[in-house]
Amino acid sequence: MESTILNFGTQADAAEHWPAAFKREDSMANVHASKKTKGYYFRKEYLGRGIATGCGLFIIILTLAIGAFLLVRGTGTFTRFHHSILEFLFSSDWSPVDTATGSGGGVGAAVFIAGSLLTCGLALLMITPFAIGAAIFMTEIAPKAGERIFRPAVEIFVGIPSVVYGWIGLTVLVPWIKNVFHPKMGGYSVLAASIVLAVMIFPTITTVAADAIRSTPEAFRKAGYGLGSTRWQVIYRIVLPASRSGIMTGIILGLARAFGEALAVAMVIGKTRAFPKNLLSPTNNLTAEIAADMGNTASGGEANMALWTMALLLFLISMLFIFLIHLISGKGIPQVEN
Amino acid sequence: MKNQFVKKLSAVSSAAVMAAALLAGCGSSSQTAASTAPAAASTEAAAQTASTEAAAQTASTGAAADTASSTAAAASSAAAVSGEVTAAGSSALLPLAQAAAESFMKENPDCVITVNGGGSGEGLKQVADGSVDIGDSDVFAEEKLDADAAAKLVDHEVCTITMAPVVNASLDIDSLTTDQLISIFTGKTTNWKDVGGPDEDIVLVTRPSSSGTRALFKQYALNGEEEASNESLETDDSGTLLQTIEQNEGAIGYVALSYLVNNTDVKAVGIDGVAPTLENTYNGTYKVWGYEHMYTNGEGSDAAQAFINYISGDAFADQLEGMGYGVASKMSDEAKKAHDAQ
Repeated sequence: MESTILNFGTQADAAEHWPAAFKREDSMANVHASKKTKGYYFRKEYLGRGIATGCGLFIIILTLAIGAFLLVRGTGTFTRFHHSILEFLFSSDWSPVDTATGSGGGVGAAVFIAGSLLTCGLALLMITPFAIGAAIFMTEIAPKAGERIFRPAVEIFVGIPSVVYGWIGLTVLVPWIKNVFHPKMGGYSVLAASIVLAVMIFPTITTVAADAIRSTPEAFRKAGYGLGSTRWQVIYRIVLPASRSGIMTGIILGLARAFGEALAVAMVIGKTRAFPKNLLSPTNNLTAEIAADMGNTASGGEANMALWTMALLLFLISMLFIFLIHLISGKGIPQVEN
Repeated sequence: MKNQFVKKLSAVSSAAVMAAALLAGCGSSSQTAASTAPAAASTEAAAQTASTEAAAQTASTGAAADTASSTAAAASSAAAVSGEVTAAGSSALLPLAQAAAESFMKENPDCVITVNGGGSGEGLKQVADGSVDIGDSDVFAEEKLDADAAAKLVDHEVCTITMAPVVNASLDIDSLTTDQLISIFTGKTTNWKDVGGPDEDIVLVTRPSSSGTRALFKQYALNGEEEASNESLETDDSGTLLQTIEQNEGAIGYVALSYLVNNTDVKAVGIDGVAPTLENTYNGTYKVWGYEHMYTNGEGSDAAQAFINYISGDAFADQLEGMGYGVASKMSDEAKKAHDAQ
């Protein structure tokens, strides 16, 4: 995400410099043949600009199309099968009829929604202190080692596919929980899912938070030292409050990744359709339920539509996260004039 | 000047590559993405079958004689078919369909047969709208499509599939009555000691409610009783289900016999004293089985028909039984009658 923004930035910068370059070459070209001007401008200016604009518009249309598609499919549960939104959100009676036209089952997704919220919330609680601690360590406390060793190591974590996290969780974490706590249903549990998610979102939060901390103006730190602060006082009282919005952005990005994760969670959560009794009991979540049933349900039927409604809910939640990020980063990092 | 030209050239060409990649991505993603995982799993299964064929043949002693006599006739009728056939759907049928496609293509080199997974619902939907030639399904088309779409499809019952309850190999349970089975799967019995086993908590392992395997087990083993989804671990596929049972001493679940060929980590449990074997399925004493369907839109192309005839024909029957599936034509009248009565 970060790199995309950077790319757009450099393209825009380049575009600003184009006209100047054209003027120089233009005057040279005019000497030879002024007739070619039109085609010349097409090749040198409008072609590249057109391709970039086309690609940009295509992505915007694609996003809108996905949103519209989900909206049409996802609202079928309410318009075609006449369930109420309250039933979908707060009932735990999940028994949709899986035929092309049948109806009358329950579409209560409360168990899945609760499972998603609980596992993601726990994952955040577990990992946020570690992630912010790591970010402070690699930027403020040991910037050289942080830049050379720690940062590349964390970035490698981002690239590990979720199936690998899930598999490791299944072969290491689940048997471990089973042998240590002896829960009734084996090691498949909310705890296992939360730990897997926590490990997965750790690099996201750490890298974004580290960027935010690094961009705190140097003058802030110098002012703190000038007043006689220790290094920890500068970190705790000045740097962290100043980079608060960036750190929050990192946490929300991590939460968004956790919310959308299906595979790794599905492997360790047990997928029991019940509210968990405690941290060691299995439950289910939105993404795992969609993945489990999407291929076999009758297209356009009640069960299929209910799954699409869950997909729409995930889409709306991720939109909410993006909205929150914009709200927070709108306040921005305080700037000082040089 | 030259520098600019190079820049422009690279920009245009990279845009062209992007556009091409987009087109390619759109065209093929819907089918290939769904099928890669099952494909990998089934090649392994196919490799296993070769070695276990001899062992599994003992299960079908009565059938061996007439298979041999009719092989020659079947081989000559399957000559010179060409064309492309695509099939998609049921993951229970996928390993068999892929093995059959492989040996069918060996005999008919001009034929290309592509088999994908995706689930029964997906297979029926795709054959109904014409995206594939054959839709594989565990259930009748009427259950997953609306009446108009289902009426256009032609059903071919290519084989039977037998479902068996399975438990961890270390558990001292060999047979359960139907009542005990229902009581266990509805969550009423929660300890093995209540059904004559050790003092061990029962861990239910099931499949998603849309699964064809689950539907079949519910109808014929549990007499239509709904499983306790709120007290069971749910697994996406039979392979994961077996793995879960291997890891939990008190676990019970159910899979098709095709997943039990050469598996010693779990053991199949008899129902009412009848062991889940192909022989018992054929003679009608074991009741938990169903047909695997291949649907075509109308009669289907010549190549599609030839392939369906091949997979359900006598020449392929030995290999089919070796993989744990049942030959549809061997079902006795008693078995069919008992099945229809349910």
